[in-house]
Amino acid sequence: MTEMSYLDGNMLDGPLRELFAVDLSTATGRCDNCGMAGPVAALQVWSHAPGLVARCPVCTEVMLRLVRAPDRAWLDLRGTTFLQVPMPLDQPHPRPL
Amino acid sequence: MGIVSPGFQGRPRSAEPALPPGQYLTEDFPVLSAGPTPKVPLDTWEFVITSETGAEYRWTWDEMMALPQETVTVDIHCVTRWSKRDTDWRGVSLDTLLDGVDTAAHYALAHSYGGYTTNLPLADLRGARAWVAHTYDGGPLPAEHGGPARLLVPHLYFWKSAKWVRGIRLGTTDQPGFWETAGYHDYGDPWREQRYQGD
Repeated sequence: MTEMSYLDGNMLDGPLRELFAVDLSTATGRCDNCGMAGPVAALQVWSHAPGLVARCPVCTEVMLRLVRAPDRAWLDLRGTTFLQVPMPLDQPHPRPL
Repeated sequence: MGIVSPGFQGRPRSAEPALPPGQYLTEDFPVLSAGPTPKVPLDTWEFVITSETGAEYRWTWDEMMALPQETVTVDIHCVTRWSKRDTDWRGVSLDTLLDGVDTAAHYALAHSYGGYTTNLPLADLRGARAWVAHTYDGGPLPAEHGGPARLLVPHLYFWKSAKWVRGIRLGTTDQPGFWETAGYHDYGDPWREQRYQGD
């Protein structure tokens, strides 16, 4: 019997590249604090700050932070339970292994 | 006098002390904010220092105002690259507030009304280098600049000077704050240009 195992993170490169190439403003995000699920485009973004801070329009908790250095960027999504991203039906997609 | 004027106001550039690397001078006071401005009535305002054992040291607004007050004039340096010279503040030194606090901690995490946090070594809050400031330029500190009271730690980038400060938690381990967990430097010395992690 074959034991279940895991792959290293390199295998995420393709699937995540597909995700991060999309327009996230059309995605739906769920607030980890209050459970609100709504469009990313409806988040309240505070930009006069050292980074971008996107807050839930219902409870104002932070859902996303993006900090951009000249050579690096940090994306913090700990306040977001999930991002639901629309995908085109005619695009080949990876099946569960 | 050369053909190129050094500027329209102030002293000649040669007389000015240098700015930290990568900074430019501004005359206004930009408002930076990562969220809604908390409204904190003075009759419910409090400042609390929590030691690593959980002991709490609390001050109401009136108790804070009854402590020795200090006036300081300092340059401030924002990580978004503006610096402002000779800003006038009035407030209570952290030396005064920490005086009766029994602690062996090395780290401090400032926390604010509205949820903001920022971490500093406790040593940087001592030595006449940090204040809880409630007055700016002769008047009550405006809410958009952190009023009723903000932390003032001018030797570090200004994100360490937490607006709407509510208290400081002391600890034996370093706990990164709001911006420090999103890529910004743990210490933030403008003279060493410690903007981002690893700088």
